[in-house]
Amino acid sequence: MGAFTMGSRKLLLLVMILGLCQISKAQSPNYGVGRTPTAEEIRKLDISIGPEGKELPPGHGTAVEGAGLFVRKACFGCHGETGSGGPAPTLIKSDGKTKSPYPCLNPCVNDTNLMAFHSPYATTIWDYINRAMPLTKEGTLKPNEVYALTAYILFKNGIIKEDEVMDAQSLPKVKMPNRDHLALAPEWKHGTPRLQGYP
Amino acid sequence: MSPKLSDRRKFLRNSAALVGLAAGAGVVPSADAQMSPSEAATKDCKDSKDLIAYGERSHYVKSIRIPVMERMSPDEFGMTFHVLSPIQDSVGIITASSLHYVATHRGSYVPDINPQEHRLMIHGMVDRPLIFTVDELKRLPFVTRVHFLECSGNRARATHKNVQQTHGMTSCSEWTGVPLSLLLKEAGVQSGASYVVAEGAETVKGATSLPLEKVMDDCLVCYGQNGEPVRPQHGFPLRLIVPGYEGIHNVKYLRRIKVVDKHYMTYNDYGHLAADARVAALNRQVGPKSVIIFPSGDQKLPGPGFYEITGLAWSGSGAIRSVDISLDGGQTWTPAELRSPAYPMAHTRFGFHWKWDGKECVIMSRCTDELGTVQPTRAEIAKYWNVPNDKDLQIKGLDNSVFPWRVASDGSVYNGLA
Repeated sequence: MGAFTMGSRKLLLLVMILGLCQISKAQSPNYGVGRTPTAEEIRKLDISIGPEGKELPPGHGTAVEGAGLFVRKACFGCHGETGSGGPAPTLIKSDGKTKSPYPCLNPCVNDTNLMAFHSPYATTIWDYINRAMPLTKEGTLKPNEVYALTAYILFKNGIIKEDEVMDAQSLPKVKMPNRDHLALAPEWKHGTPRLQGYP
Repeated sequence: MSPKLSDRRKFLRNSAALVGLAAGAGVVPSADAQMSPSEAATKDCKDSKDLIAYGERSHYVKSIRIPVMERMSPDEFGMTFHVLSPIQDSVGIITASSLHYVATHRGSYVPDINPQEHRLMIHGMVDRPLIFTVDELKRLPFVTRVHFLECSGNRARATHKNVQQTHGMTSCSEWTGVPLSLLLKEAGVQSGASYVVAEGAETVKGATSLPLEKVMDDCLVCYGQNGEPVRPQHGFPLRLIVPGYEGIHNVKYLRRIKVVDKHYMTYNDYGHLAADARVAALNRQVGPKSVIIFPSGDQKLPGPGFYEITGLAWSGSGAIRSVDISLDGGQTWTPAELRSPAYPMAHTRFGFHWKWDGKECVIMSRCTDELGTVQPTRAEIAKYWNVPNDKDLQIKGLDNSVFPWRVASDGSVYNGLA
């Protein structure tokens, strides 16, 4: 009887261990380390917006709303009243006449390479405002506000019309000036030089 | 630490730094050769509890980092931009973490992260999204590897005076961490995935798109640097190391890896794209590169005689196979000796016996990596792009060109591009 008891105990232990392994396996199959994030945790942390805009949240905004926010959120304090001439990178092409009192912050972003002209996708502007602005208060803007500020920058640079509504459907479709002029690096392979034929 | 002692130490440090600046850190000392060894070693240092607990370098050692000329660090907002390593004073192949160059995403604050609260999430096109604490990552199989980092801003200009300015935005560390491939296998990468987006936890949440092929090949999620936890300026508590890729891809304060099916065009990414795919390739991976750090700009040789020319070589494509030295401005080349292990994607130290005859000359180094790629001269680069090789030559992509130092007949060393 004693042996039987021991046996069933062992069996129980084995079942428990297997059970634990099952639980771990659902997370990290080989090492049983880490845990599965909840859908809410992923939603909160995942701020990456790809060029197709698949992750864009519901909401909408226009340039008119954005103009008001540009003042209310104090964007002008760093980027200048007209979106240029401030200590922070240029957002809106300047009139070319007014001289900025600030040196262009290195790496210099001015009329020649500002985001709306250089980035091939409008989603990149939405993504960056959402993840990084306003500096030290990043993450506080609501989706409608990010759509509106993006629309404002696009309108003031002559890319969309003033009354165009930016949302998850329209924003990825905006044809950016540099859309067809930027190339990706070729596919990367282990053990190949960075560029075949380069001296 | 008592406030008094702390103040005193700060004072010592500051005055040492000032003396270093005033004296010009690079002059070859000709000092007290007449003093006998017994006379030279009579002073003692009194140790303190603080120095027993955590040591510091001799106050005679004055080597310091300096912010790049173009933008002060810290700036008026307290943000750090780019800080140059005193590469002219380096020995061996490891850069002390306190002297490692610092670069941030277009200027940002160094975050104060509690490692107990920090998490790394892996999600996107995976079967099992996962969250790890730093302690959990430390339970996993790890590797230790020596790798250099280099910023795309590390390009010599004619206005630079010394090697800290021309080449101070590269450094090399011993990194310890978990291969990202191991973590991605745990998560189960789905078919159709081709890139990952790696993201940091600092103010601007710097993010970069990396080819999945590279990530599975050799990228590391590092918690250790040079025998201690990665320092805050370098990404504490977790930093992604992408061996051989430009510095910005080596995401600090790593908090998230998202597996995706295309290049994600983040703010940092699009600055690296170019109209020409060849330039985009040259923007991504560091080519074979080397520089002589002794003798170099702002240094002065006391007179003709024997000197050991030394410097560093590195390549983003693998290990350094050989280094050549030219003493005649690139007309003839003689092999140097490799004086350290030649690890893949790591600084490698070279040395070369030189008897200087006291005549003006132009010295330079060039390296060859394990793929047989030779570090190009500016002339070769100009020829490739079919543009004139003059002072206005703008090198496309990351600049790995051969760099000249001019040694004047009085022993002074100048930037050979000037």
